[in-house]
Amino acid sequence: MIRLRQLAVCYWLQLKILLFSPFEGFLAVVFPLMFATAAMLVYEVGGDPEAILYAAIGAAAMGIWTSQTVSASTLVQRERWAGTLELVVAAPTRFSLVLLPITFAMATIGLYSVVATILWNWWLFDVRLQVENWPLFVLSILMATVTIALFGFLLSVTAVRYRTSWALGAALEYPGWLLCGFVVPLDLLPAAVLPLSWILAPTWAVEGMRASAAGESPWLDLAICGLVGLGYAALAAYLGVRLIDSARRDATLALT
Amino acid sequence: MPSRDPGRTVARVPLTDTPAVQARDLRRTFRSRSGIWRQTRSEVEAVKGVSFEIAPGELFGLLGPNGAGKTTTIKMLITLLIPTSGSASVLGRDVVTDVREVRSRIGYVFGGDRGLYERLTGLDNLRYFSELYGVPPREQRARIGSLLELVGLTGREGEKVEGYSRGMRQRLHIARGLLHDPDVFFLDEPSIGIDPVGARELRATIAGLRDQGKTVLLTTHYMFEADELCDRIAVIRSGEIVAEGTPDELKELVSAGRVLEVETYGVHDHVLDRLRVVPGVRSVVVEERGQLQVLVVASEPGAEVTQPVLGGLDETRVGRVSHRDPTLEDAYVELVTRTGA
Ligand SMILES: Nc1ncnc2c1ncn2[C@@H]1O[C@H](COP(=O)(O)OP(=O)(O)OP(=O)(O)O)[C@@H](O)[C@H]1O
Ligand SMILES: [Mg+2]
Repeated sequence: MIRLRQLAVCYWLQLKILLFSPFEGFLAVVFPLMFATAAMLVYEVGGDPEAILYAAIGAAAMGIWTSQTVSASTLVQRERWAGTLELVVAAPTRFSLVLLPITFAMATIGLYSVVATILWNWWLFDVRLQVENWPLFVLSILMATVTIALFGFLLSVTAVRYRTSWALGAALEYPGWLLCGFVVPLDLLPAAVLPLSWILAPTWAVEGMRASAAGESPWLDLAICGLVGLGYAALAAYLGVRLIDSARRDATLALT
Repeated sequence: MPSRDPGRTVARVPLTDTPAVQARDLRRTFRSRSGIWRQTRSEVEAVKGVSFEIAPGELFGLLGPNGAGKTTTIKMLITLLIPTSGSASVLGRDVVTDVREVRSRIGYVFGGDRGLYERLTGLDNLRYFSELYGVPPREQRARIGSLLELVGLTGREGEKVEGYSRGMRQRLHIARGLLHDPDVFFLDEPSIGIDPVGARELRATIAGLRDQGKTVLLTTHYMFEADELCDRIAVIRSGEIVAEGTPDELKELVSAGRVLEVETYGVHDHVLDRLRVVPGVRSVVVEERGQLQVLVVASEPGAEVTQPVLGGLDETRVGRVSHRDPTLEDAYVELVTRTGA
């Protein structure tokens, strides 16, 4: 009961921080739209409506990915810069329960960016999403948002100990577009990198979005997506404890 | 819990009582690497075997020069750093193995203006930490209200912290540290950057905590603050405790009687060396005051050193000569500058 309230209040306050941060605001609002526009323009040349739908869905997911990987992986680093990392670690609440509401606040911003991208494409390119099964499509979007947030959560936990790991999140931003098959079908990627795509939950979420738009069953994709996402959360919770201990041993909590 | 009488004579509590804070031979080394191509590892021994006890309800001061290891010691006690060796407990709980319990019963405030969420209001900052410290929802509002009152931020709590002055941030920090009504409170240079009036209010607040029976560990670079507040003080130098006692006991270390101050113009080092071996002289410290150098001479109990000292200064221009009671600062300066120890 108190736990839930704690999560809710922390979520709300963290969302306030994110909404008031101009940097995040800019990323969340403008970037996804620019990338979506670029993707749409490229696909529009072909004029194939199926391909345009493909691009529209991919662009929406790309928006979440872009707005979240960087900000989520820098999350711990930002707390460290602000000097609050030590304070939240010194609080009796488990560290993963501190990070979880922040992750969900980010997912909320990501969700916003999907909706914005869909509306933008509709308005600018007149792409009306042909979706056969709306409830499942929305569910897939939610899964994409949450699992991408969890992925950022995992990256950010490692930043507790490894101060530069936030850079990994930033470096993953563009390869992620390809690896998750947002705008280019996975079949085009070399077989050697496919395992990387498989362990990225958004790959499965986008598959789910496409399947539900096409009226096929997204359940298998979503189940895998959920499992991978849970894997991230479990790994992050486990690493959270280990890495905080190691940060206490190596004195990296306070260093900027 | 022992009952404590008000005033500052509480310091000594029978040994059977669990100390509120106990450090046993605490050590901490830091490893750092430098250089990109050829990494050289260097080790800094920040704390070298520190032991002390703080009785429940005691206000304990930890004084020492920059880099002496005060913050490092505190961070080990509040579970943010694991000691390299030695052990420590807070309220009888080990700070390495009983982390959760220790964390929920201590408060921590450090000086400076970091450690707050700039984009949230003061009130929201307090709300956030209330949640993390599990302050019961029903008590939160009243608790936050009374703390804002205590630190004098009532009426400003709705503003974003990014617009707060340094002193306001510092007060907000203190309110934050007290949210969960901790039994032991760690204050690391809380008066940094606070104006004189604010600093006086802060001292009153800290004294109030002691009167409520809280145990407080305070570090500060202001000697009068330590003198006014602390029941007992430990002076730490290069990671080792060099003296421990009540402020009065420390002052006696320097001089049982009075301190001689001599204003001089252009005193030479060899003259100082000569004065230091005058019988009865314990220490000679030079304070630069603009053109003047003031020699602060501490003497052995009962020794009459004024004449011999002035005699030793025959080739130096001498100004005013005066006597005064020793201050904590005299004791401190002597303790941390004494060579060899
Ligand atoms: N994370 C760290 N990594 C490496 N060295 C450190 C670290 N933290 C502290 N030190 C070193 O440990 C020593 C003690 O530092 P500490 O911060 O405890 O001093 P302090 O007594 O609090 O000083 P001040 O009065 O300036 O606050 C210093 O030499 C400092 O450089
Ligand atoms: Mg310090």
